[in-house]
Amino acid sequence: MILEGAVWKFGDNVDTDVIIPATYLVTTDYRELGKHCMEGLDPSFSEKVRPGDIIVAGKNFGCGSSREHAPMAIKGAGVSCVVAESFARIFFRNAFNMGLAIFEAPDASETIQTGDQLSVNQDTGEIIDHTRGGRFLASPIPPFMQGLIEAGGLMSYVLKQKQG
Amino acid sequence: MPQTITEKILAAHAGRASVEPGELVTVQIDMALANDITAPIAIELFEESETPSVFHQEKIALVPDHFVPNKDVRSAMQVQIMRRFAKKYGIKHFFELGQMGIEHVLLPEQGLVLPGEVVIGADSHTCTYGALGAFATGLGSTDIAAAMITGEVWLKVPASMKLTYQGQRRKWVTGKDLILYTIGDVGVDGARYKAMEFVGEAIEALSMSDRMTMANMAIEAGAKSGIMAPDQVTQDYVRERSRRAFQPYHSDPDAAYDQERVYDVSEIEPQVAFPHLPENTRPVSEAGTISIDQAVIGSCTNGRIEDLRLAAQVLKGHTIAKHVRLIVIPATPSIYRQALAEGLLDIFLAAQGIVSPPTCGPCLGGFMGILGPGERAVATTNRNFVGRMGHSTSEVYLANPAVAAASAVLGRIGSPEGL
Repeated sequence: MILEGAVWKFGDNVDTDVIIPATYLVTTDYRELGKHCMEGLDPSFSEKVRPGDIIVAGKNFGCGSSREHAPMAIKGAGVSCVVAESFARIFFRNAFNMGLAIFEAPDASETIQTGDQLSVNQDTGEIIDHTRGGRFLASPIPPFMQGLIEAGGLMSYVLKQKQG
Repeated sequence: MPQTITEKILAAHAGRASVEPGELVTVQIDMALANDITAPIAIELFEESETPSVFHQEKIALVPDHFVPNKDVRSAMQVQIMRRFAKKYGIKHFFELGQMGIEHVLLPEQGLVLPGEVVIGADSHTCTYGALGAFATGLGSTDIAAAMITGEVWLKVPASMKLTYQGQRRKWVTGKDLILYTIGDVGVDGARYKAMEFVGEAIEALSMSDRMTMANMAIEAGAKSGIMAPDQVTQDYVRERSRRAFQPYHSDPDAAYDQERVYDVSEIEPQVAFPHLPENTRPVSEAGTISIDQAVIGSCTNGRIEDLRLAAQVLKGHTIAKHVRLIVIPATPSIYRQALAEGLLDIFLAAQGIVSPPTCGPCLGGFMGILGPGERAVATTNRNFVGRMGHSTSEVYLANPAVAAASAVLGRIGSPEGL
């Protein structure tokens, strides 16, 4: 499947406190969390973002807290996926648990800018910047984690294992 | 095959003779932990799964600490969810108000974590328990829900990074300064996915409290875990708090490490991490003139009795600067009572500070001392990202309890030497 959308570009070390400030950690509702997505960096982000838009960022995206509210807020805002140079480890794992597609592409954040039209091939990891013409390749998702996605997430995987 | 302490713990819990970095393993856990902001998601998923019982009623800890005493109605509801769940499934370690404390201080204090154990928690500072020679890592609520069902978690074995600390610490230099210095050196992603192994004479000379401060902030370098080998200090600490048997592990002398760094701690001054990253460190003597509005002494990083004693030592006989607000937060009821008995609370109050019940409160911008626009705080906490303690234009400077206390008196970032 190919994800296509307009880019919102951020820098290095985008942390969980700016993705979803702690004051909002009193709900588990995706849509409500989505209204405050990236509020720490840009309070108008959730109004500007369109369903299917793509976040592109530098190193260590999602660093800080283990709050699953962070990938939930990004999904709730309508963002289809995050492309980053690298991900913080708890966020990486939580994104898979929450069904937020993420792609690690070391050089993508160098040239891609806000407003570019991007397409991301979920199966091959190929990323194309239609505005500037750049092509990038995301690191393959580890097979075990692909298995989690195919099973429908961690909980489905665990319950299937119990039955089987 | 030579193994690091981390590899040995994971191998033992995976039923294997040895494991290699990069391998995916399924390990049996000794404890799964969640708090009031992360438990509700885990509980919802557990209930949806229609599993009749938790894997073990004594290997789950539910600690309401982030927005407790109940900050508002929605926070009260999150704790209600935990309370009902604990009762329904017979979970022993649910801590009600009056017993609860900051989770990562409370669990070791109550003897609930032992050397050689595997602890997972829905909180990034779960890595704290590595100070006791356990493997401890932070995960999301979904992983905790799955673990409450199966008693297991899948993990990628981390490569180990060896950090050696030699020499003697200078006056006013604590575990907080050693870890801040280290994060300043390696960067906020310098230990990404690694197990930070803290070794050397200067580590052995640290109290358990200071070791916990260091392991607590391993996550701030991007690490999966932090660990110190258990020794006599560990043995003494644990034996006062638990009679349960434990298995201490130690790294083989020829174990392989991804990276090694050596520090001479006698060269390290008290450190301050400037906004807005924990890696933005400099010696307190190079802080310049930074006026502050608030000082916070507490948190899972530095809320133990040793931290309060150090702050009281600096504050005794002083009052804080007129424009400063001082908030002291003993991390658990036992610590609160001990501080009371030792006369520390009177020192804080006489200095015109306030004393809060145990809570995470202001550390993550929850409540109990939020910063307004443009305000600055010095805090013994662990993060200083944009908006961490309040308004997006506020600033947080991270430091040890002595520097935080001195700064409150001076009205600006400074060291006890400046009093």
